[in-house]
Amino acid sequence: METTMSVYRGDKNSGRFVDYKVKQFEGMVVLDAIHQIQAEQSTDLACRWNCKAGKCGSCSAEINGKPRLMCMSRMDQYNDGKPIVVRPLRAFPVIRDLVTDVSWNYEINKKIKPFKPKAKEADGTWRMQQYEVDRVQEFRKCIECFLCQNVCHVLRDHDKKNEFGGPRFLVRAASLEMHPLDTEDRIDMIKDSLGSGLCNITKCCTEVCPESIKITDNGIIPLKERIVDAHFDPVVWLWRKITGKPAQPTK
Amino acid sequence: MTKYESFEQDVLVIGAGGAGLRAAIEASDLGMNVGLVCKSLLGKAHTVMAEGGVAAALANVETRDNWKVHFRDTMRGGKMLNNYRMAQIHAQEAPDRVRELEAWGAVFDRTKDGRILQRNFGGHLYPRLAHVGDRTGLEMIRTLQDKTVHSKNVKVHMECTIYKLLTNDGRICGAIGYWRETGRFIVFKAKAVILATGGVGKSFKITSNSWEYTGDGQAIAFEAGADLIDMEFVQFHPTGMIWPLSVKGTLVTEGVRGEGGVLRNSKNERFMFKYIPEIFKKDYADTEDEARRWLDGDKAARRPPELLTRDVVARAINSEFKAGRASTHGGAYLDIASQRDGEYIKRKLPSMYHQFKELADVDITKQAMEVGPTTHYIMGGVKVDGETAQSTLPGLFAAGEVAGGMHGSNRLGGNSLSDLLVFGRRAGMGAAQYVKDLRTTATLKEAEIDTTCKEMLAPMERASGENPYVIVQELQEIMQNHVGIIRNENELSEGLAKIQKLKPRVDNVRVEGGRAYNPGWHQALDLRAMFICSEAIAKAALLRKESRGGHSREDFPNYDKELGKINFVIKKSGPHEMQLVKQPLPEMPADLAELFKGD
Repeated sequence: METTMSVYRGDKNSGRFVDYKVKQFEGMVVLDAIHQIQAEQSTDLACRWNCKAGKCGSCSAEINGKPRLMCMSRMDQYNDGKPIVVRPLRAFPVIRDLVTDVSWNYEINKKIKPFKPKAKEADGTWRMQQYEVDRVQEFRKCIECFLCQNVCHVLRDHDKKNEFGGPRFLVRAASLEMHPLDTEDRIDMIKDSLGSGLCNITKCCTEVCPESIKITDNGIIPLKERIVDAHFDPVVWLWRKITGKPAQPTK
Repeated sequence: MTKYESFEQDVLVIGAGGAGLRAAIEASDLGMNVGLVCKSLLGKAHTVMAEGGVAAALANVETRDNWKVHFRDTMRGGKMLNNYRMAQIHAQEAPDRVRELEAWGAVFDRTKDGRILQRNFGGHLYPRLAHVGDRTGLEMIRTLQDKTVHSKNVKVHMECTIYKLLTNDGRICGAIGYWRETGRFIVFKAKAVILATGGVGKSFKITSNSWEYTGDGQAIAFEAGADLIDMEFVQFHPTGMIWPLSVKGTLVTEGVRGEGGVLRNSKNERFMFKYIPEIFKKDYADTEDEARRWLDGDKAARRPPELLTRDVVARAINSEFKAGRASTHGGAYLDIASQRDGEYIKRKLPSMYHQFKELADVDITKQAMEVGPTTHYIMGGVKVDGETAQSTLPGLFAAGEVAGGMHGSNRLGGNSLSDLLVFGRRAGMGAAQYVKDLRTTATLKEAEIDTTCKEMLAPMERASGENPYVIVQELQEIMQNHVGIIRNENELSEGLAKIQKLKPRVDNVRVEGGRAYNPGWHQALDLRAMFICSEAIAKAALLRKESRGGHSREDFPNYDKELGKINFVIKKSGPHEMQLVKQPLPEMPADLAELFKGD
């Protein structure tokens, strides 16, 4: 079976969609089609990929308008006779073809204060129960595909990259804040550097997450609540002012 | 002169998977100014794909475990061809390296008493793999990545490929490569270089490896004059996906078997009972009943034979195929649905559940998976000193998969993640010490840089020539068919002849397009390394006239006592010459040798 792929070709200055015909085989994914085009028709078609199994988050793109991993997008779900349209993520500047400049994300990550564990138990270990770590393990599933960043309207439509760190880094902050061993206080950083207030919980990020992380419900909303507690609850506010200790005595 | 950007660094780390990151952290801690080169974006290296766990004798689940048992398992798994000192250091230091990850924020699955949980894996006598479901590698790389980002004086160079190491006066002085984004050249002046570039799987047709795995580190080390060792030993992981075609080769974690998964053939037989090697007979169950009792926690019961080492299981699946008892698409059935309940499977193996559901329309909580061998790992690599990780070329260090010796002829699952932590750290220490002891710095040779730049541009400047993807496909066919899981003299000789016939065509590849982010050009530049490694593998495989670990010879199906005492070392003996030298194994001291009495 032959399928038409309409793929964005271009750089930061200009671009256009080019149609390629590919041979479709059983179980084929969109990334296979891109590789077929590279090998047989256009060796300079640029894309990123690594694991081809949904574990590395490299091959993010917009397929028929939906942000997805190309390696986890089966061709047979689009078999309606129309071309499959593949374009690069919209929220980031195009480098070439399907490759975008995502370096901004790495800069945001540097701003997040690192893990600071509490003292070990007397026997030299840290004890945590599985139910205590389940919550952060969900956040730590993130493969940094940046699909959530791409679809977040604060970044995508309003381009507020100077004010807002985006869902990926709120989840990253949550993974540290809710870590049972962590003692660092990131509340002001989350409010001011990551701009958590700009998120108005439309949950677009959660919808596109290939790891099914409940970004908004489990990550962002609890962080927002902590900020409210720390800044607008007078007792906690006074406690932080006097002691300099985190808003949550127990994490 | 060709234009290039330049950086000066005390220590240049090439590769940013687990080994590279751990090395960079250590070198930075020791006061070095560090450059860290990633072929992809940071955090996307192969470590991210590791699934099952990291092996360390923490003894959290089984108190009988300790470094000596881990050491013995590792040596037996490698069929005693390992560099014993590396295997010893690895077993001794792995627990501290895992605990260190926890101190840096990694969140492993927990035991009931709140400690790091450990799971069973092939060839490990006791439950030994610290893990996070089936995404342990992701947890490790993210932890190390975040630690690196907050380390002093580490400059990360993303999407940068190193093409050549630069030497002067018989020692390392830097490296040259290109930015993928712009195609511009970059020269690093460095006092020491640590290779952490991973493996060679992309030279085979069926592989679990990504585009990055083109043997860059082994090849540039060899070209610079460093020795390689054990290159004949390639690991074919027994359980890769085999259907549909799109995912052929994609890894199915050994954790499936660690959690109780069983292998069956088309006649519904649990065939692994037939394939237990003599040396392992006393540790493995010989009936389904005993295997079941082991799964239910009976400490007197022995382990199921599905948990034999990878070389044994891969060969068994291959034998069942040859005997006409393969699964529908030519592999074996891996079934966990009959052994564990659906919720347990989804909790312990979430990404396997997802991967099969999305890509193969198989629900692993209800149906068996179809699996078969896939090229996964190379045991051989750059020959290093076990203490310092230094290669035979002064100033050049290697850690992780690119280094050889630690795993002998076959690697145990889980020993790679621990290897890259233990020897990543040691390489960082070794390089820092080397730099501190240096009295003079070597200068870069401008003429060599200029020649190298021209060589890199050549595929773009040729008026006509071949498509590099065609050459890669031909090489992959050759390696798969002639240098694959079951080898013999005729196949290997024919394969080698074909490699040599194909090689000159590399000098005639042509790519279209410009220098900016051009995958065809990058593919063309990866070819040289792929050919050096492929040739090394085939040549060493031809010489090793025995079967041992990952190297199986149809024409020599047994161990050879004499060959069991030597490694093959590969040296550069001319501009394009490879010389293979027999080197006796280092002799194990009496206290360690004692552990193998009765084997």
